[in-house]
Amino acid sequence: MGQTGLSIQKRHPIGYYFLSQTKSLGVTIMKALQSVIEAYQIRRQFPYFQPHPEMRSLIYLDNAATTQKPYAVIEAVSHFWAYHNANVHRGAYGVGAKASEMYESARARVAQFLNASNPNEIVFTRGTTESINLVAYSWGMSQIREGDEIIVSEMEHHANLIPWLQVAQAKGARLVVWRITDDGRLNLDDLRNLLSERTRLVAITHISNVLGTVNPVQAICEMAHFAGALCLVDAAQSIAHMPVDVQAIGCDFLAFSGHKTYGPTGIGVLYARYELLQSIPPFLTGGGMIRSVDWDGAQWADPPAKFEAGTPPIGEAIGLHAALDFIDTIGREAIEAYEHELTQYTLQRLQEVPGLRLYGPQPDRAGIFAFTLEDIHPHDIATVLDNFDIAIRSGHHCAHPLGDRLGVPSTARASIGIYNDTEHIDALIEALHKVRKVFGYA
Amino acid sequence: MLETLYQEIILDHYRHPRGRGHLEPPKIEHEGANPLCGDEITIELRVEDGRVSAVRFSGQGCSISQASASMLTEAVEGKTLEEVRQLIAQVYAMLKGESEPDPEVMGEIAALAGVRNFPVRVKCASLAWHVLEDALRQVNGSSQ
Ligand SMILES: Cc1ncc(COP(=O)(O)O)c(C=O)c1O
Repeated sequence: MGQTGLSIQKRHPIGYYFLSQTKSLGVTIMKALQSVIEAYQIRRQFPYFQPHPEMRSLIYLDNAATTQKPYAVIEAVSHFWAYHNANVHRGAYGVGAKASEMYESARARVAQFLNASNPNEIVFTRGTTESINLVAYSWGMSQIREGDEIIVSEMEHHANLIPWLQVAQAKGARLVVWRITDDGRLNLDDLRNLLSERTRLVAITHISNVLGTVNPVQAICEMAHFAGALCLVDAAQSIAHMPVDVQAIGCDFLAFSGHKTYGPTGIGVLYARYELLQSIPPFLTGGGMIRSVDWDGAQWADPPAKFEAGTPPIGEAIGLHAALDFIDTIGREAIEAYEHELTQYTLQRLQEVPGLRLYGPQPDRAGIFAFTLEDIHPHDIATVLDNFDIAIRSGHHCAHPLGDRLGVPSTARASIGIYNDTEHIDALIEALHKVRKVFGYA
Repeated sequence: MLETLYQEIILDHYRHPRGRGHLEPPKIEHEGANPLCGDEITIELRVEDGRVSAVRFSGQGCSISQASASMLTEAVEGKTLEEVRQLIAQVYAMLKGESEPDPEVMGEIAALAGVRNFPVRVKCASLAWHVLEDALRQVNGSSQ
């Protein structure tokens, strides 16, 4: 699978330009120019970036919240609704079989994308939040005992925090917080000190949705396992931006959302090792997840059906399939390299804005930039940027404890995707200067 | 369009808030928040003989929410409860775009009408007024 990505990337010009190591100014300019051309080619694959009477042309820098959808995804979904719609795993008629086949083929595609060893390790959910809740309720509520410990980092999104708080409270377990360093990283030595024979789980985000920190999840999983604990990786922010290989990472659980992956909303993925899925009770119960039932009780179907009660998001799963194809056509190594370059460019340009305070580590980080500007409220920053047709996010980004740690209840956040380029960053910087001016700082 | 939102008068109230602070008891106190953006406003007021004799606000948030609270304190101090209630209704109508602000009645508050072009900011401008409205509910039947 990684193989496929690599060979496609070699053919793709993005790979050529951004993997080159040359540092001279001429090459830098060439690269920037090339980035603009490449990103333009990619934007052409998205209706969102084409002129339309209902659309105002927008520089979209809110990719950590959700990504735009390429034609390929929209067409795959509408083709399914139009010509193949049927419920899955039910009808004896041909159309139903075809829908089931497409749904299962999406599952196989996800397994391949994550390098899972078996498609049955892939459970479709509504999104990252539901995937993590599934683990918390099925695994956590059945396995966690009084006195056990669950380690979460200080940079977790509420989706990977509140479910564990719930489990800890219900079971009399302890939630142990892995604090961040002042520059927004996690120190593995600190984890070593937190792990003990009481630790049952380390729940960790792959990339912070505020700080852009890329956590060494492979090492974290290894350490968790060494201590006899399991490891859950929240891949919501990494999945569309870098190669993610569950076997290489060695995680027991991994969660992501379709809508941050250039795919539809309403679809998400939980990867879990098959033995785990076999051994834990179901989350939701109802149709589609039982083998047999009588008045005395029910026998669960084998995973993943056991965890997919009710009619699943079928069209959305098919849209996700198309989104993963879209990503792999560009190549994940190529995307990672491209976004890394753009991230470095952004870091450099953000420094030019007086009074701007960027949170998170530098220079190694993902393309998520949370910042404050003088004492201008982030909401005001976002409004002024919006007025210059630049979409960013402002607020607490669903990470209250992290905001407390940083000492800022709210920040402005720009986050890049594969269709952004240096011109977008230039526009952002220019608009930030205008924000300063509006608020009397220039 | 930005100029209609961030008018000088609004930025002035934001930078130099009037009526920011606290009252000694006896007072009525109410607090409200906008969970989505984190704006928080607390209003403290004293009602004597059916009039708002003193009012203060505290809290944090964006320029619009804080400026609006600052303007509120200036506008309602000295008004009868009935006048205050009418003013609140007029502010809501103005923010929703249901009526044009009457500068005679509204004074500086009319500047907040600029949020109408920025639908996501209407909540910021109305927060302080909602808090005041809720605070006045505590007055009902007591000192009036
Ligand atoms: C790190 C992280 N985890 C979890 C989530 C939740 O994803 P969803 O809302 O799609 O369930 C997000 C989304 O913002 C996120 O950034």
